[in-house]
Amino acid sequence: MKKTMIAAAVSLAAATVSAQAMARDTINIVGSSTVFPFSTAVAETFGRTTDFNTPKVESTGSGGGLKLFCAGVGVDHPDITNASRRMKSSEFDKCQEAGVKEITEVKVGFDGISIANAKTSGQYDLTLRDIFLALAKDIPDGEGGYMPNPNKTWNDVNPDYPETKIEVLGPPPTSGTRDAFAELAMEGGCKTFPEIKALKKEDKKKYKAICHGIREDGAYVEAGENDNLIVQKLAANPAALGIFGFSFLDQNSDKVQGSKIQGIEPTYDSIADGSYPVSRSLYFYVKNAHVGTIPGIEEYVEEFTSDKAWGPDGYLADKGLISLPDTDRKAVAEAASSLTPMSKPE
Amino acid sequence: MNSEAGEGARPRRTIDVVNASLKRRYAKERRFRRLGATAVALGLAFVVLLFADIILKGYTAFQQTYIQIPVSFPAEAIDPEGTRDPEVIGDANYMAFIREGLRGLFPEVTQRRDKRQLKGLISVGAAQLVRERVLADPSLIGSTQALWILADDDIDMLVKGHIDRHAPEGARRVSDQVIGWVDRLEAQGRVAKRFNTIFFTHGTSREPELAGIAGALMGSFYTLLLTLILSFPIGVGAAIYLEEFAPKNRWTDLIEVNINNLAAVPSIVFGLLGLAVFIGFFGVPRSTPLVAALVLTLMTLPTVIISSRAALKSVPPSIREAALGVGASPLQTQLHHVLPLAMPGMLTGTILGMAQALGETAPLLMIGMIAFIVDIPGGFTDSATVLPVQIFLWADSPERGFVERTSAAIIVLLAFLFVMNLAAVLLRRRFERRW
Repeated sequence: MKKTMIAAAVSLAAATVSAQAMARDTINIVGSSTVFPFSTAVAETFGRTTDFNTPKVESTGSGGGLKLFCAGVGVDHPDITNASRRMKSSEFDKCQEAGVKEITEVKVGFDGISIANAKTSGQYDLTLRDIFLALAKDIPDGEGGYMPNPNKTWNDVNPDYPETKIEVLGPPPTSGTRDAFAELAMEGGCKTFPEIKALKKEDKKKYKAICHGIREDGAYVEAGENDNLIVQKLAANPAALGIFGFSFLDQNSDKVQGSKIQGIEPTYDSIADGSYPVSRSLYFYVKNAHVGTIPGIEEYVEEFTSDKAWGPDGYLADKGLISLPDTDRKAVAEAASSLTPMSKPE
Repeated sequence: MNSEAGEGARPRRTIDVVNASLKRRYAKERRFRRLGATAVALGLAFVVLLFADIILKGYTAFQQTYIQIPVSFPAEAIDPEGTRDPEVIGDANYMAFIREGLRGLFPEVTQRRDKRQLKGLISVGAAQLVRERVLADPSLIGSTQALWILADDDIDMLVKGHIDRHAPEGARRVSDQVIGWVDRLEAQGRVAKRFNTIFFTHGTSREPELAGIAGALMGSFYTLLLTLILSFPIGVGAAIYLEEFAPKNRWTDLIEVNINNLAAVPSIVFGLLGLAVFIGFFGVPRSTPLVAALVLTLMTLPTVIISSRAALKSVPPSIREAALGVGASPLQTQLHHVLPLAMPGMLTGTILGMAQALGETAPLLMIGMIAFIVDIPGGFTDSATVLPVQIFLWADSPERGFVERTSAAIIVLLAFLFVMNLAAVLLRRRFERRW
C-alpha cells in the first residue's frame, strides 16, 4: 500500500515535470529588489484584470537579474529583468553573445534615496559635501594628502550643526541602494574638492576609492537590507540618521523625516523634477525574442506603461515610484509598445 | 601530603582537612547551581520575550477591518438579458457598485479630490471578492445588500490603532477628513473587525489586506512532502546498509566521516550546489517545490542517516542473534525484527530533519524561491515560495500593514514547528522500547 503510494507520487512528479518542460504560460521576471515592489504591484494587477496568469517576480538584485536575463533565449530563461541602474555595455555584449539580440529598454521612473531621522529631533539641512565629510573613510587633510576621517560629531563637519555624534544607519555594500548612495551623494560631495576632482583624470582608481569609500570606524552602521528595520531603529534612537529608499520615507512619514539635501526636501515633486540630488532612474528590460512565445508580455508592458499604473496618480505612485515627466512617459510608452530594440549603452 | 607541615604540630587527621574545606566546597556547589539556574532563567526569559513580542505584534493580523456598505446590484447593468451566464455576470464593474453604495453613505462628498479619498476607504481587491460572491449566488442580482466590504490597509491600520491620530496631518498616511469619515462609520456601527479568512485562503499580494499565506503554506507542504518521500527511504536505506551490511574498511570509514561532515556544512552551500547541478545541469525548473525538495533532501539526508544509524545501534544484538538463530535470513532479520524496533527512533530523527527543512531559507535564496507568486501552487512543478521566505519578503515590504502580517506568519510557522516537534516526542513516547 505504502509502496504503491510512493510509486504513484513519484510518477506524478515525473509527469508534471515533463509537462512543464514543454511550455511556459507564466511570465518570468527577475531583477532589482528596488524595482521589485513596483513590478509585483503591476504583476498582481495584471493577473487580476486579464486572463493571463500572474507573472512570477523574483528578487535577485540588478546584477543577478541581468546575468540570468542574458544567459540565453528559451523557456528556461527569464523574459523581463528589472534594474535600478542602466544595463552596462559589458552586460549588453554578454546578452548578444548568448543570442539575446533584441532587447527593449523601458525607463519606468525615479527612486529617491532619503537621509532621514526621527521626527522627535530636528531636521537636518545637509549639503553633499557635508555628507562626504561625515561618512567618507578618508578625507583631504588640506595639504594635498588624505587622512582617516577625524570627524566625530556633526558639529565637526559643519559648525551650523548640533553637537551630535555621527551615527548613520545604512545598507551594506551588496545593496543597490548603497551603490547609488555612494555614486550620487558621496561622489557628489567628493567632487566639490578641486584636488579630488583633478584626481579623476590622473588616477581613476584612487578617485573612486576615495569618493566611494565609506568609513568603517562605527559612525556608519551597516543595518542590513531591511529598510523597515532602519526605520524602527531611527524611531528608537533620535540621534541617528538612516539611509533608505524614498518609498519607506513616504510610508513612515509619521515616524521619520527626510533631511534636506542642498536645501531641497525629499518630496515626490522635487525628485520628479530632478532638483533633489540623490535620485536614480529605474528600468526594466524585455527580451523581444520571447514576445509571442510566452503569452502576455506585451500586455504586461502595456499595463506597466499605462497612466493608471506609472502616472503621477497611478497605483505605483502610491507604492513610492516617482513618475517620469509627462512627455518622457509618452515617448517611453510608445517605444515600449512597439518593442523598439535598444542600442548598445556606452 | 606535605610531611614537613606536621612537624612539631598536632598530627592533622584527614577529617580535619575535609572539614576545613567543606564550607568552601559547598559554597562552590551553590554558586554553580545558581549559575546554572540563572542560565536557564535567562534562556527562558529570552524565549518568553521573543514569543511575547511576536504574538503582541502579530495577533492583530488575525482580524481584518470591514466596512458595511449597502450595495445594489442592478440587473440591467449586470445581466441585462437575464441569461445568468457566469461570463456575463463576471464582466460587470463591481467596483462601480461598491463606490455607488459608498457615495450613498456620504452624499455631501462631491469634490473630485474628496471622491478619490473616499474610494481609498475600501480595498482595491474588494470588487473581486464581491464578484465571487455574486457568481456564487446569482440571486443577489437585482437586490440591494448590506455587504461587509474589505477596508483598505491604511484604514485597517487606523482602526487597529497602529496609526497615530494625534500626529500632525501631513505626517500620517490618513488625512483628518478620512479619520472623520471612519469615526462616523464607526459611530453608525458600520466598521467591524472580523476574522481574517483572507490571510489563510489567499496567496501573497502587494496590498497587505489581500495578502495571505496559503500560497507559501502549500509551497512548504509540497516541498516537505517531496523531501520526506526522497530523504526517508534513501536515508534509512543508507543507514541500514552502513550499519548492518557494509564491511568495516577504509572506504566505509571515509563515507562515515563524510556523512558526519556533511551534517555540518552551511546550508547555503547546498543551495549553490542545487543551482549548479539541478538547475544548471539537469534543467529542473527554478522556484519550484521540486528543486527546493531536492536541495533540502541533500541537506536533511545526513541528519536522517545519523539518527537512523543511532536508532539501529540501540536495538540490542540479542534480537538479531535470536532471529538468525531460528533461521531467518539477514534481510528477514532486518526487515522483520530490527527495522520495526528502530522505526520510532528513525521517525523522530526524520521529523526533526523535516522541521529543520521547514525553517530553512538560505539554500532557497539561490534557487529562485525569493519570488512574488500570487497563485497558490497546485503541484510539485508550479512556481512556489515557502513560509520562511514569505516572512522574509513581507518583512522587507514598506507598507505598515505588513508588519503585523509578518509576525502573524511567524506565529503560523512556529505553530507548525511546534506540532512537528510534538509529533516527534509523542512518537518516541508511544513506541519507544527500552532494554
